[in-house]
Amino acid sequence: MFKILLLSLLSTSASFAQIAIKADLLYPMTGDLKPVKNAVVLCGPDGKIQAVGPASEIEIPEGYQILTAQVATPGIIDAHATVGLSGILNLPKHDQEQLEKSDPIQPELRALDAYNGRDPLVKWLRDLGVTTVHTGHAPGALISGQLMVVKTDVPSITSLKDPLIPTSAVAATLGSGALASGDKSPGTRSKAIALLRAELLKAQAYSAKITQSEADGKEAPDPDLKLQILAEVLEKKTPLLINAHRHQDISAALRLREEFGFNLILDGAAEAYLLLAEIKAAGVPVIVHPTMARPFGDLENMTFTLAAQLHQKGIPFAFQSGYEPYVPKTRVVHFEAALAAAYGLPQEIALAACTLYPAQILGLDDQIGSLQPGKDADLALFDGDPLETMTHTTHVIINGKLISSSAR
Amino acid sequence: MKEPLNFLLSPDLFLMLSFAIMRPRKLLALAIAPLLAFPLLFSAPNEKQAPPVNPLKAYTNATLYPVSSPKIENATLLVRGDTILAAGPADQVEIPAEAEQIDCAGKTIIPGLICTHSHIGQVAGGDDSSPIQPEVRVLDSIDVRDTSIHKARAGGITTVNLMPGSGHLLSGQTIYLKLRNGNTVEDLAIKLPDGSLAGGVKMANGTNTIRDNAPFPGTRGKSAALVRQSFLDAQAYQKKRAQHLVENNPENPFERDLALETLADILDRKRIVHHHTHRHDDILTVLRLKEEFGFEVVLHHVSEAWKVADEIAAADVPCSLIFLDSPGGKLEARDFKWRNGAELEKRGVLTALHTDDPINDSRWFLRNASIGVRAGMSREKALEALTISGAKMLGLADSSGSLDPGKKADFVILSGDPFSIYTRILETHIEGQKVFDLNNPTDRLYAEGGYGAGHAQEASGCCFYR
Repeated sequence: MFKILLLSLLSTSASFAQIAIKADLLYPMTGDLKPVKNAVVLCGPDGKIQAVGPASEIEIPEGYQILTAQVATPGIIDAHATVGLSGILNLPKHDQEQLEKSDPIQPELRALDAYNGRDPLVKWLRDLGVTTVHTGHAPGALISGQLMVVKTDVPSITSLKDPLIPTSAVAATLGSGALASGDKSPGTRSKAIALLRAELLKAQAYSAKITQSEADGKEAPDPDLKLQILAEVLEKKTPLLINAHRHQDISAALRLREEFGFNLILDGAAEAYLLLAEIKAAGVPVIVHPTMARPFGDLENMTFTLAAQLHQKGIPFAFQSGYEPYVPKTRVVHFEAALAAAYGLPQEIALAACTLYPAQILGLDDQIGSLQPGKDADLALFDGDPLETMTHTTHVIINGKLISSSAR
Repeated sequence: MKEPLNFLLSPDLFLMLSFAIMRPRKLLALAIAPLLAFPLLFSAPNEKQAPPVNPLKAYTNATLYPVSSPKIENATLLVRGDTILAAGPADQVEIPAEAEQIDCAGKTIIPGLICTHSHIGQVAGGDDSSPIQPEVRVLDSIDVRDTSIHKARAGGITTVNLMPGSGHLLSGQTIYLKLRNGNTVEDLAIKLPDGSLAGGVKMANGTNTIRDNAPFPGTRGKSAALVRQSFLDAQAYQKKRAQHLVENNPENPFERDLALETLADILDRKRIVHHHTHRHDDILTVLRLKEEFGFEVVLHHVSEAWKVADEIAAADVPCSLIFLDSPGGKLEARDFKWRNGAELEKRGVLTALHTDDPINDSRWFLRNASIGVRAGMSREKALEALTISGAKMLGLADSSGSLDPGKKADFVILSGDPFSIYTRILETHIEGQKVFDLNNPTDRLYAEGGYGAGHAQEASGCCFYR
């Protein structure tokens, strides 16, 4: 009996052993972004990184579970996905929660009310090294809803504390993707912008009323979910992520930002290469469409070199898996980064654009996206160059815990 | 709402007449033995410097994957006109003095890629009127100027099987094309000895073919019954046709039926069936139909191949696979696995790959093989799956699929390892003609994208953009 108890105690402690990673090549994603040879990462009991550095300088304390890898990177971050809302089976009403078309403008729809962290696609991404996703409502409506940032080991949203950011952005779409069919509005690009401006003006008025009522000590206006979240956008508490591909739609997004002064994140942006100077001047980050996005509709003039061009211009950018209505139901963000690396983007920049850069764009770079003491111990381990298709992800660690060790 | 898959409906073609432009060159190549060609070409120097009809080109210092044999370092590929004269180590291939030499140091040469299942060129097949439409040809729908064709060349693809979609039990006749520069679909078609154009027939089972409205089937049982009855009708047609042939009565001529004629071609093994199928039970249904009617078939997609790999091997049926970056997207592809390729390889099943463009863009075809390698395929079999295995399935292995003397000079020049993500496709050659050159600005636009890359015509990607 005692023996059994002891064994079970041992096995329990073993499964929660602190982890040390020995990597032939480590990408801490700090400083000049260059990798470090023969490095060690220690994960602390608090799920944070305890130490990072050359193997010669870091002693691995006794009792640590040692994982060896040819290459280790920070956990991969997908800067814009629909995973968890857009499920593997593609069955409407069952696992397709990414788009609600009853009204063109629905910023009040929260991602966390629809997210299913147990969908097999979340595990699929997690096993491949994706530890954090910026996910939520898809492009396809003028304002389709909200996005959130969540780690891929969170199975259920039991409280607003489960996501890293419960409302990280409001998702808007300009261009043909936002247009309604038949006699519904918006039927044209101009109408779409007019509707959006009218709604933002309403939110401005709502916001002013609240300020006024606070100043006068009077009762606040009736709560309105839609106007409340748009007011947050106008107060720059929540960015507006605008999916726009054609240059005229990207221009419209820049005009809206100028008129209303919100924090803009450009999303998709297939023809951004035509407006590099304007985007740079606006200081707006771009979450580029998947490199393997299909070149149809508004994306017909997309280029595999967009990320390289943004990088050369010094425009902040990151990669996304995006939204697919059919197959593959989710893309894998570092596969998309890899192809950009084949088309002019330096390899370590491609890796940064699915680790450090998305963390910066999401305002989470003090917590995730790079390997420094005190940051979350989220890592992906590989048996080769993480961007090579033939390389396997061997281990995935989230908050210091070994989440996956099935080489895939 | 329409099934997302309906965009896959496209016709099927059979290859055609070679055109005037092709004919003289082809005849020359065939008629004149290699050694005799020189005197002919070079004995008339005063002929206003017309380019030699059969230029001799030597691609030297390359890393060469003949596919029929192991990789060769420092290799020479010798091409005359549209035909490979030699492919081998530099010290074993003599380069004639008159040959133009193209230095390929640091570059890799592989056979032209063969995509066994593609929907480029605005291809279309049967309409919504019935689930079985053998009389429909994709030949009659193809736009050879579509940007998707340029992009496929940029992806190193030299031969495609253009297929109609999978929304029908039988959606039409497919066509095999060489992606030559040409004005008409006939310029690109592959002419068979009997004058017909090479191609197969597209069939499908499972979810895509099941619709709410008759005459489309509502269940898998009905689907199989409809197909079986059609083939029984074709058998009766064959019998009737044979009787007419025997009777040979001019007053009672045989009345052709385009649909039954095509089904009879399948039964006569003149046309191979390219069968879309995902689930293990649907795969077995195809094997049963093959058993009953004795037609030749290639299984396509085969998402659950790993579940019934033994049965596929026992039936000796080839498979054309696709690797997607994630499973799902439809219920019947939920159990799709990357290791399908490795499981089939283990059992010796002839396995090719396809893009299913626009499912996977033709420009990422090489990458698809890398996924197979990632999940356990050997590099050799993965490269075969892009080349010779597909050629075998399309009945074109005598003329393409590997770099061997006597085969057509269909090849791709790469910047490096075929399986590396960093490798770029530099040139694509079909029958000795360069059809893609990364250094050409227009070609580069199609290779990489950019403003104007999508402008040739509104694209057919109905389901990917909302």
